[in-house]
Amino acid sequence: MKNSDIPTFECETGNYHTFCPISCVAWLYQKIEDSFFLVVGTKTRGYFLQNAPGVMIFAEPRYAMAESEEGDISAQLNDQKELERICLRVKSDRNPSVIIWIGTCTTEIIKMDLEGIAPKLEKQIGIPIVVARANGLDYAFTQGEDTVLAAMTHRCPDFTPRVMNQQKGDVAKLVASPGDKFFDGKIGLNRCSLVLFGSLPSSVASQLNLELKRQSISVSGWLPSQRYNELPALGEGVYVCGVNPFLSRTATASMRRRKCQLVGAPFPIGPDGTRAWIEKICLVFNVKPNGLEERENQIWKTLTDYLEIITGKSVSFMGDNLLEISIARFLIRCGMVVYEVGIPYMDRRYQAAELLLLQQTCRKMRRPMPRIVEKPDNYSQVQRMHELQPDLAITGMAHANPSEARDIDTKWSVEFTFAQIHGSANARDAPELVTRPLRRKGDSLSDCRSLSRQTLDVQQS
Amino acid sequence: MKLAYWMYAGPAHIGTLRVASSFKNVHAIMHAPLGDDYFNVMRSTSERERDFTPVTASVVDRHVLARGSQEKVINTISRKDEEQHPDLIVLTPTCTSSILQEDLQNFVDRASLSSESDVILADVNYHRVNELQAADRTLEQIIRFYLDRARKRSILDRSVTNTPSANIIGIFTPGFHNQHDCRELKRLFGELGVAVNQVIPEGGYLKYLKDLPRAWFNIVPYREVGLMTATFLEKEYGMPYISITPMGISNTADFIAQIGKLVNVWAYALLEKRLNYKLYVDNQTKFVSQAAWFSKSIDCQNLAGKEAAIFGDATHAASITKILVKEMGIRVSCSGTYCKHDAERFNEQVQGLCGEVVVTEDHTEVGDTIARIEPSAIFGTQMERHIGKRIDIPCGVISSPVHIQNFPLGYRPFLGYEGTNQIADLIYNSFNLGMEDHSSDVFGGHDTKGISTKSLSTDRSDINWTPEAESEPNRIPGFVRGKIKKNTEVFAKQNNIPEITIDAMYAAKEKSNP
Repeated sequence: MKNSDIPTFECETGNYHTFCPISCVAWLYQKIEDSFFLVVGTKTRGYFLQNAPGVMIFAEPRYAMAESEEGDISAQLNDQKELERICLRVKSDRNPSVIIWIGTCTTEIIKMDLEGIAPKLEKQIGIPIVVARANGLDYAFTQGEDTVLAAMTHRCPDFTPRVMNQQKGDVAKLVASPGDKFFDGKIGLNRCSLVLFGSLPSSVASQLNLELKRQSISVSGWLPSQRYNELPALGEGVYVCGVNPFLSRTATASMRRRKCQLVGAPFPIGPDGTRAWIEKICLVFNVKPNGLEERENQIWKTLTDYLEIITGKSVSFMGDNLLEISIARFLIRCGMVVYEVGIPYMDRRYQAAELLLLQQTCRKMRRPMPRIVEKPDNYSQVQRMHELQPDLAITGMAHANPSEARDIDTKWSVEFTFAQIHGSANARDAPELVTRPLRRKGDSLSDCRSLSRQTLDVQQS
Repeated sequence: MKLAYWMYAGPAHIGTLRVASSFKNVHAIMHAPLGDDYFNVMRSTSERERDFTPVTASVVDRHVLARGSQEKVINTISRKDEEQHPDLIVLTPTCTSSILQEDLQNFVDRASLSSESDVILADVNYHRVNELQAADRTLEQIIRFYLDRARKRSILDRSVTNTPSANIIGIFTPGFHNQHDCRELKRLFGELGVAVNQVIPEGGYLKYLKDLPRAWFNIVPYREVGLMTATFLEKEYGMPYISITPMGISNTADFIAQIGKLVNVWAYALLEKRLNYKLYVDNQTKFVSQAAWFSKSIDCQNLAGKEAAIFGDATHAASITKILVKEMGIRVSCSGTYCKHDAERFNEQVQGLCGEVVVTEDHTEVGDTIARIEPSAIFGTQMERHIGKRIDIPCGVISSPVHIQNFPLGYRPFLGYEGTNQIADLIYNSFNLGMEDHSSDVFGGHDTKGISTKSLSTDRSDINWTPEAESEPNRIPGFVRGKIKKNTEVFAKQNNIPEITIDAMYAAKEKSNP
């Protein structure tokens, strides 16, 4: 463990377990109501998809596989014709407003020109086709969403003054509610438009909208929107801000291709993160933050019961979903000691503000700066965990049961991606997840500690 | 390209990984991109496995795509060799490697020079075989590898054991109730005085494989995995095998009769006596298994003539069909399997037992067939359970693909005499629940569910119901509601009625009940 304040980054072999990025389909099709996701690839991907989102498949999902067969691989069949046939079928079955093609490893390897075919078919069948290359060759798990959202930035309408005026009108309507003292007379400051990106459940999104509204900042749109044809306008004069740490391509695309300005802020995870996020946005919009400190303190007070459990406990992140830095920062602020933060990919520019907040938090809480391991090696991590014996390991399901059997309490990392952990209102959810393995301890089984069958393995390591 | 929402059998490499990770101290290395090691999650969650799944990926990334794997696969193999000292490393190709067409055999040859472990390349073609076929093939490959080697080193002991013994082939992870079935088979053998020589692959050590041919015969409880190994052992080592699945009373009796036959071939020479299992079978059928009594009891009488639909892997679907028809007097309107490669044999098995045979890998076809038949109960996979949920028909799960709830902690074999009890419970509970539901509907009970449109096919009917007519079927008991709705819609279509009103509904009713 490093005691210095400057974060050091290590990079290992990249032999770690994570979900294939196509899993983003499972939550994005629910978020974008009128979409249809078509995963172009082999059976391996389909099998993953039907097993990972579990029972969701049975609710007649708006996603499917275009399963490549031998003829597709050897180019005996014409890709465009095949995709046309399938998309027409999807159109007649479900009639979506947009079809999103998810390119996989297979389409990468056989170099299927999805980006080239899409515009042609789009004209032919009359439904927009968005192409996202969410493959395991390049990306891990949540980065899948990043590829989809980055592709969608190109489909957002252009930001024009007319749009801006209309949005101002919308804001005026929102503000018109009497008794809301924060907004009086401050609309004038809000000359620019703010678009937030990252897919969140609509209740969480409106909670964040509300947080900003309290500071008299109105959010002009979200990427993704609830429906495809409600995508927010992007362009010069639009500020964009991410709500999740894995959206660096989306940030880049909206800056470079759509000339938006990025608000680099820590992510609104935990009361500390939420406050820092709002403060940064306020700073950009030249608004003096109002009552943030009291609000943060209030939220921390509601967490007292959880904090009692976790203060002083240690935790290691094996790393698989890129939320690791933000959650580690929040947990250190909760009083935990973080040994190691494994992370699939670390964009130091996009996460700069978050890393800075992590540093400040470590200093403030007098905790050592955790070791940050990019592209971790799961085998070495397990060895390290045997040495350090953290109180909690945050890890994927492949390692959770075996670790539990070896007497290391674990929390399944994927739950953090599906739980509602953003904003002050949801501050209890993350500690709820983290404390669950620590709370359920019974005494009755304390005399049989390790339940692993391979005792040999533990001694060896 | 094929539009697919769901699949019954997984891709080939899953089968290889299932076999490799069932053996003790065998490590599998997948040549695959990040995220394809999903098998570890499945095994760890569904079987609640305590140990790390011995599967590692040699990750295919951009660099591999550009320059080939080069030393990467070999390094991964030698690293695993040093770290975990497995007896065998199975290099597992995936769809990715089959498209990249790298010379994996070459990597295996080079890696085996330096590693302590044996290294082989799983000989499975992603495009040609599915999960089950690949498992069958990989098992045979490993057995052949070790027996050939033992023969070359002349350490093969070919003398049969002094007392009757058998190998159980095809118990593996994460198989549908495999662990319980294995325990039940061992118990059965114990009672028959037949020792279990080896169980493979589950829990088997490779160093003992050389003693496989010492058993008097082999049994293959499930058709999907193990037949190739059994035929190989028969051809090369003259070992007879039994491929009857001892599921249900009559199948179990047949199975034991076969064992009797095979045991007596040697018994007279070695033990100087003949074994007779007839009394044992009688006794078990009458008293240990409750299933024979159950099918005579009044409970089962009530099931006579009820309709059922069955779908699953070839082994389970065929056996359950036989049990329902022959042992319980239930009418099987439709029996089917997704094991297309075994279709011929399946047809033969269920011939004359069911109304129609469905062999397909398309779950919508299965769903539509069930919706059309409207049986009183379904016996199928997790998929059919969900189909049943949507159309209010109870379903008992009898085959993989499975869910964590199909790995019960309690003892639930499907094979042997205890298996017959479990199956009888499963069947009776499925039908009985359905009937209970109906009777509460008949008496207006606690039905507050909104009415669903029942249609499972994707081409939804475009007929409108007026609100009054829509609410009308709510007064009809649930179990006939679907049929009435459908009849009404058919009637409307035939008579070109664009919108169904209450009048149209009653007109339809009159027409269909003359």
